[in-house]
Amino acid sequence: MKTKRLGLTLICLGTAGALASGTVWAQSKPLRVGMTLSDIPTTSGQPNGGFEGYRMTGYTLYDALINWKLDDAKGPSTLVPALATEWKVDDKDSTKWIFKLRKGVKFHDGSDFNADAVIWNLDKLFKKEAPQHDPRQRAQVAGRILSLKSWRKVDDYTIEFTTHAPDSTFPYQTTYVFYSSPAQYEKLGRDWNKFSAQPSGTGPFRLEKLVPRERAELVRNSNYWDAKRVAKSARMILLPIPEATTRASALLSGQVDFIEAPPPDFIPRLKSQGFQISSNVYPHIWPYFMSFKEDSPWRDLRVRKAVNLAIDREGLIKLLGGFAAPAAGAVDKSSPWFGKPTFNIKHDPAAAKKLLAEAGYSDSKPLTLKVMVSPSGSGQMLPKPMNEYIQQNLKAVGINLELVTQDWEVLRNCRRAGAGSPVCQGVHGINNSSATVDPFSAFGRIYSSAAIPPKGFNYMHYSDPKVDAMVEKANNTFDEKKRDQLLGELHAYLVDQAVDVWVVHDVGPRAMSSKVRGWVQVKHWFQDLAPVYVAD
Amino acid sequence: MLNYIIRRILYTIPIAIGVSLVVFGLVHLAPGDPLSAVMGEVDQKMLAEMRASFGYDKPLPVQYLLWLGNSLTGDMGYSLRTGAPVFRTLIDSAVNTMMIGVAASLLGFVVGVTMGMLAGYHHGTWLDKAVSSATITGVSIPHYWLAILLVIVFSVQFGWLPSMGAGSAASMWSWEAWQHMILPVIALAAIPCAIVARTARACVMEILSMEFVEALRARGLSERRILLHVSRNAMPTVLAVMGLQFAHLLGGSILVETVFTWPGTGYLLNLAIFDRDIPVLQGTILLLALFFVSINLVVDILQTWADPRISRG
Repeated sequence: MKTKRLGLTLICLGTAGALASGTVWAQSKPLRVGMTLSDIPTTSGQPNGGFEGYRMTGYTLYDALINWKLDDAKGPSTLVPALATEWKVDDKDSTKWIFKLRKGVKFHDGSDFNADAVIWNLDKLFKKEAPQHDPRQRAQVAGRILSLKSWRKVDDYTIEFTTHAPDSTFPYQTTYVFYSSPAQYEKLGRDWNKFSAQPSGTGPFRLEKLVPRERAELVRNSNYWDAKRVAKSARMILLPIPEATTRASALLSGQVDFIEAPPPDFIPRLKSQGFQISSNVYPHIWPYFMSFKEDSPWRDLRVRKAVNLAIDREGLIKLLGGFAAPAAGAVDKSSPWFGKPTFNIKHDPAAAKKLLAEAGYSDSKPLTLKVMVSPSGSGQMLPKPMNEYIQQNLKAVGINLELVTQDWEVLRNCRRAGAGSPVCQGVHGINNSSATVDPFSAFGRIYSSAAIPPKGFNYMHYSDPKVDAMVEKANNTFDEKKRDQLLGELHAYLVDQAVDVWVVHDVGPRAMSSKVRGWVQVKHWFQDLAPVYVAD
Repeated sequence: MLNYIIRRILYTIPIAIGVSLVVFGLVHLAPGDPLSAVMGEVDQKMLAEMRASFGYDKPLPVQYLLWLGNSLTGDMGYSLRTGAPVFRTLIDSAVNTMMIGVAASLLGFVVGVTMGMLAGYHHGTWLDKAVSSATITGVSIPHYWLAILLVIVFSVQFGWLPSMGAGSAASMWSWEAWQHMILPVIALAAIPCAIVARTARACVMEILSMEFVEALRARGLSERRILLHVSRNAMPTVLAVMGLQFAHLLGGSILVETVFTWPGTGYLLNLAIFDRDIPVLQGTILLLALFFVSINLVVDILQTWADPRISRG
């Protein structure tokens, strides 16, 4: 088609006259979604593009053994059975988990989903010698299921997993692994690139057409195993539109029905023209992670508390058009893991000044903090104005905040390498937003001393035996309520220690035409597109 | 002549190797990790393992030679982000860029030459002033800004034309396929149109002041015939300018293609930069660089053909 279009150029000049025709851009029944990603996330199983990839080509084309409950906007999302109907830890050996698989589930190509398919997919990701091993897919998920040590088939519909150590959060980690069809892979000549064009999963949508960088057309999987989640829209078209203004223009001109992250300055106009705007707080934190290494002023609790108290979060949220929620810790107050911290994070410049004075800082001896920030990046919201606003807040209490702007990738490399590494260029901290979806990503990988680089994301080199013990205790507690309570205690302790500068949580605004129905924005990074459709 | 052509073609080989070295060096000197396009949340230890599995742990000279060797056979590797073959991706994008590039050239040249000729011929009149103002505006307005303006007016305000993408029309003759091209073509055509118009106007004015025009008038030729003579004399200069603009348009525009999400080489380059998709980035820059090397070669050969003194020199 593309080569054919070349001929079109010869008569393109005549098209100017068509402008006068006044054709209104056609509305159609398919749900057309404008993504912020620059490309269609990979479709072979484990999507790239972070959690947006999971939303768009993950939970649409595939299922995990355990999915998230994505139909309640009020409560925090919880785990729900998906390809596994039940799971439990072994009574005698708490490193072993038994997962019972759902019977009667078929891949889009008609082949059966069973224990062999699970083993085949885990080998695909983690066994380098397996013929179906795909390093690209592995790269997307390896960091999210770190507890997994081994797996074996017990019978056709039972799998046994073994973890490196007892870990009650293991079920959460399984939500990131999707299951592709072994039969389809064989049919396509064992080629993952071909599989990407004709993937076969178990999800509520099938991929019908993929044009890289342009569009993916998904159609309803009428045989989806969960009758309640059969897609309402017969066709969904995913369009990568990374430029925010272009995305909003596409919605305004009727080229798409639904967009993610409309630019804040477009929102009043979209509202006034009858477009629906939706938002909800979700497990995201926009923080400063600060260094706890020997020479860092951050080792002083008074300094840590002072910085947290100096920030006017309400003012910052106003700057963002209201599309953020104030943070009083790593997780939102509505999270079951928030706990009961005694340190109340609020805007109190007088208290901040007092604490700084106690710590030995004054106008003649001001505190200077250097923080690495990025001009953009996944989950970074609007980093430049936000950081400059905080810079002003801190200035007001006598702290000089030096912003070291670096490319997003440099910032990510600094986070991986850890505080004090040469790539971090002598900064005291980094402004790197983070997901707090599950207990491991919220706590273990950030605050545990076992996660100090190169083994994890404890950029700060934060090492507190009390925190390590609390993380371990939570991992060893298999009663969900009890574990949530322990995580609440851990979180309260971290807040009381003012370990980080917690600023705001994103609320993930979306905009959609007035004809879009069925959208429920839950408190999660993942959202369910299956019930969404465009009314006639 | 033949010897000269062979010699010039041979000269392009070290140029191409030099270009490939610069491309490879620049891409690898940029900050960030070559694997960030494919990586999720992986720690430093896992990152080292991934580097090894993708071959990025090898010394840079070895990586360069492997890449060069494969590229010579048409195998430019696979996109780290999508897994698609780079060569195929580049060809698809180049075709899209050529479509709007050729259309923008035609629009820009036809309108530009017409406006320039008329302004030059009617020098000093209101028409000349109007064209001059329009061309100054044309060369001064950044084309990405014009692109955004076109989107606001024709897509958002009036809803006449799509604001992004190339559409999904099955036929190239469909109205849908045309609609997607109109705004990018206008945005791209604005600058070449203005440059060509200014050149044409200046040439026509200069030629009109020459003695042979007076001689033609003295011989009683009609003004239409005189304009024809003037046009023929102005054409070589105008064509040379048009040639340069044409090459620029075929090279793609990162900004315009990005504003319209037009899937051409400019947009591909933009995505490859932000995604750190090194195979695509290297391939795109190399292709564009070789394209300009080839254009220069063709121009050199054409000039030699037109003026044999060059080859003797």
